[in-house]
Amino acid sequence: MRISALIKRITLQLLRDKRTLGLMFVAPLLILTLMYFLFNGNTVDPKLGVVGIDEQLVKGLEKTDIQVIEYEKASSDTVIDKDLDGLLEADSGNMILTLKNDDTSKAKALQMKVNQVAAAQVQKKLIQQSPAAGGMATKQIDTKYVYGNKDTVFFDVLSPILVGYFVFFFVFIISGIGLLRERTTGTLDRLMSTPIRRWEIVTAYLTGYGIFAIVQTVIVVIYAINVLDIVLAGSIFDVILINLLLALVALALGILLSSFAASEFQMIQFIPVVVIPQVFFAGIFPLDGMADWLQAVAKIMPMYYAGDALKAVMYKGMGLGEISGDIIALAVFAVIFIALNIVALKKYRTL
Amino acid sequence: MNPSIIVQKVNKSFGKKPVLNEVNLTIGKGQLYGLIGPSGAGKTTLVKMIVGMEKANSGTIHVLDEKMPNLAILQEIGYMAQSNALYLELTGEENLKFFASLFKLNKDEQRTRIAYASNLVNLTADLKKRVAAYSGGMKRRLSLAIALIQDPQLLILDEPTVGIDPELKLSIWNELLRLKNDEGKTIIVTTHVMDEAERCDMVAMVRDGAILASGTPDELKDLYHVGSLDEVFLKAGVKQHENLGVN
Repeated sequence: MRISALIKRITLQLLRDKRTLGLMFVAPLLILTLMYFLFNGNTVDPKLGVVGIDEQLVKGLEKTDIQVIEYEKASSDTVIDKDLDGLLEADSGNMILTLKNDDTSKAKALQMKVNQVAAAQVQKKLIQQSPAAGGMATKQIDTKYVYGNKDTVFFDVLSPILVGYFVFFFVFIISGIGLLRERTTGTLDRLMSTPIRRWEIVTAYLTGYGIFAIVQTVIVVIYAINVLDIVLAGSIFDVILINLLLALVALALGILLSSFAASEFQMIQFIPVVVIPQVFFAGIFPLDGMADWLQAVAKIMPMYYAGDALKAVMYKGMGLGEISGDIIALAVFAVIFIALNIVALKKYRTL
Repeated sequence: MNPSIIVQKVNKSFGKKPVLNEVNLTIGKGQLYGLIGPSGAGKTTLVKMIVGMEKANSGTIHVLDEKMPNLAILQEIGYMAQSNALYLELTGEENLKFFASLFKLNKDEQRTRIAYASNLVNLTADLKKRVAAYSGGMKRRLSLAIALIQDPQLLILDEPTVGIDPELKLSIWNELLRLKNDEGKTIIVTTHVMDEAERCDMVAMVRDGAILASGTPDELKDLYHVGSLDEVFLKAGVKQHENLGVN
């Protein structure tokens, strides 16, 4: 069968090209790992000086990985001298938190932690004193988490999107350049002089590169979940399914856009135009705050749906039923791009 | 016997640039037909249209009594493009096998055809090497072997002997003549080397998208009252330019 001959050839070609394989399988892991350490970087425990704080609160603070040092007396000078990140003083019932604030993100994190711990303590006390008042207090100091927990870091929110994005990016580049090379070396012309049909070429390309996309997807997902310990609340099979659909979209889009590139160099130029903008609409930046027209743009980005679906499954633990809209959207993208591919090959032969 | 190829009033332009202008061509079965002309004359476009890879703006092309483009007829056309069009990551044998399976040859046929074609172009010893390690001439030879892989009735070779040493060139031409004489194959060759044109049964001079003259090499020489095809070529070119000047 012609399709299987073509699939076999594509597979052989890729297997012989070790560097491209490396790019596809190792590069996403490398970047993911790097991002993991970047975003989890400031895990140095903040140092907090305390004066006259009751023991229970100190214990609570220490539980949240704050290094608590008790002082008899302290001032803002102590913070600088002892290189503390903050100082918590009890002053006639009120508490004053002095933050060094040389690193704003660190200061904010510390402030948040202290507030949370203090609020929790207050709440506990209130509940002990009168259970009725406890309900009121929770309204004022909201420390509930809808998703995630106290260990949640930004990377956990980001990683589902990144996993999908890297699959999209690398599949796009490699499949696009794969077919492009076939054009520039004249082998596509030669293929067209054989009795192969256009849809057979598209099918074979999708399958041939699809095999590698599947392997890549599985490696990236398993690595992200097992090695990097990314939160996976939902099913891993759902994650793989979403990524496979996304890979199919990227595959079809890459092959399609390669018809509009005359060289590898021009193919690379599609990255800033087509690939990078995807990440802006993938859910890393909140869509609600965007201008109306930008929100409309987001709706035509495959990554918007993939990001939404991945976040839903990996972070919020939703099932396929709840993300069926995203799945359908991705499938529609894939079908459109595949159909356009068959049309685009008309440039070579009408049959 | 019906002619193998009939090209009727074919026009083709890329954008606004006309490439072929009212081309008529009839190639009989079992002929070795040479298309000669300078680079950019439209030879490649013409052969691509015969294969069905380009669509004519107007006019018709029939190959083996079927109107082109026609997928079934492609089974009977062996096409060798100007560029080598090979998969460098694969070995010579894998390249041949790939194209053989596109033509739906079964395993046994594949084996015998690969052995035959690679022997013909002297590549049997190098079949297991990757094409990336091939020399320019070896790539050209492999490309020719691919054109022969499915044992087609019709061979269309676009500048087949560019970059091939004289000895191999001679053996390829002898083989082309043998294919024509013994197996009755129809062969179209484009070239701008006149001594190759001399060996064709019929030649057509292509210049600026038009066929200036066609006939046997001797007929053309008589027509222009000169002793060699080189001179025919030069004279035909001058004459056309004069005509253009008058117009």
